[in-house]
Amino acid sequence: MTKRAARQVLFYAVLLGLWILIAGLKIWPPYILPTPKGVWEALAAGFADHSFWIAIEVSMRRIAIGYGISVLLGVVLGLAIAGSKFLEDTLGGLLVSLQSLPSICWLPLAVLWFGLTEKAILFVVIMGSVLSVTIAMETGRQQMPRIYAMAGRNLGAHGLKLFVYVLLPASLPYLVSGLKQGWAFAWRSLISGEMIFVSLGLGQLLMLGRDLNDMSQVVAVMLLIIAIGYLVDGLLFRTLERRLQEKWGLSPAA
Amino acid sequence: MTSSAHHPAIQRDFEDGSRSPQQVASVAPALAPLPPKLSLKGISRNFRSSNQHDLLALEGIDLQVRPGEFVCVVGPSGCGKSTLLHLIAGLAQPSAGTVLLDGRPVDGPDTGRILIFQDLGLFPWLTVIQNVEFGLRMAGVSKQERRFRSRNYLRLVHLGEFEDSYIHQLSGGMRQRVALARALATEPDVLLMDEPFAALDAQTRDLLHDELERIWRETGRTIIFVTHNVREAARLGDRVLLLTFRPGRVKREFTIDLPRPRHLEDVEVARTARDILDELRDEINKSREAEYRHDKTSR
Repeated sequence: MTKRAARQVLFYAVLLGLWILIAGLKIWPPYILPTPKGVWEALAAGFADHSFWIAIEVSMRRIAIGYGISVLLGVVLGLAIAGSKFLEDTLGGLLVSLQSLPSICWLPLAVLWFGLTEKAILFVVIMGSVLSVTIAMETGRQQMPRIYAMAGRNLGAHGLKLFVYVLLPASLPYLVSGLKQGWAFAWRSLISGEMIFVSLGLGQLLMLGRDLNDMSQVVAVMLLIIAIGYLVDGLLFRTLERRLQEKWGLSPAA
Repeated sequence: MTSSAHHPAIQRDFEDGSRSPQQVASVAPALAPLPPKLSLKGISRNFRSSNQHDLLALEGIDLQVRPGEFVCVVGPSGCGKSTLLHLIAGLAQPSAGTVLLDGRPVDGPDTGRILIFQDLGLFPWLTVIQNVEFGLRMAGVSKQERRFRSRNYLRLVHLGEFEDSYIHQLSGGMRQRVALARALATEPDVLLMDEPFAALDAQTRDLLHDELERIWRETGRTIIFVTHNVREAARLGDRVLLLTFRPGRVKREFTIDLPRPRHLEDVEVARTARDILDELRDEINKSREAEYRHDKTSR
């Protein structure tokens, strides 16, 4: 583990060193290749004048709402499809084919439907992530051993209680990869959506940097987007995976 | 019942007169016409199999179980033993006939009849005690109350110290006991057990036989215990039901009047098991032949 950490530190140190070196040679102007120092200053300035904080807050609120709706919708839809041969043959097939459509393609449609509003961007985020959650829930419900539902019913769980206390936790090991993928898609859809129409948020900050020829800000915001994605993955999903592993033992979904 | 009148175990009791008065007294009420706890009337069950032929799993099963009776069901694999338990549990519906509990027809699962599955079906996302209190939680029992009651049952199965463990951390025998505690916690009238000890090593199984017998005496539950192990049936049951191979019908009933606590090694247990096995052998052969035919046709 320490060996791994040492390797990583070394790798990033070399990367940073190369960057400093090449930027120091001044082959390209800073609006093509910014210096690490410039990016650092852009970060500091962005946080100092609160513009980064505001963008983060706006983007996080959007993803929380959009992703939250996606998860709810995906779980319900996935269960419905898993429970009905008819839905599986019809809606199930449609959803799989829709998955090949990049979610940003929904933006023109969303703008025509909802105008340049929050609703439009939420729509794109939801369309980006709901399919992953739905499909994961569907397969989870189908692959989950039948015995859990039977034991639950035998012990007096039915209807909503059976769903909340048995079906949902029993499918979680199958669902978690879909939740993770859904999150990644939602995050990407959000940033691309924000880049295309003006509306605060991190995506717009990125485009603002481009409009001002401020490459340092562009790179600074990119780093921010990476950092947030990484942080959420680590805090939310790796914690969830670790908890699952503790409870279920090794390789729960096998 | 009539077929068991000539059973050696009973004859022995009458001949040598070794039973204590209490033991005789404890049998006496069972002979009186007490209303049955559970009664099955003309139960049949068929399944639609792959080649459109209906597979008759159970046919015309009639059974009356007294309150507090320990009934074992043996039969070759494929005789519908598990199906029978699912029907009594209300997890499946019979194709014909009715299941009555205290005279009322059974039409779905109920915590008054708890089935311990062969694969247990413990919930891996819950701790041991959360598993045990699951039924109480579904019934809306307050947290304090259900903790208290679940702890008692965990202690009864000697797992008091493991209440916060997760299922995957336990051995097979311990899991078995969690399943037993979970089933007992809802205080069911009828406990249905589907080959619960089949996957355990011999020592653990012996131990659990003793514990199950003790718990049965302490709680007075009615138990229906399915097994393919004849010796186990003779060791545990007040009565052993022998089912035929496909369709499952009651071929014969054996009343086991041996004194308790019993042991698997008891000579009388072995002798009784031998008698049952003699009857069972034909059915096992039929089941083997069917498997052989199936192998040949599917090749």
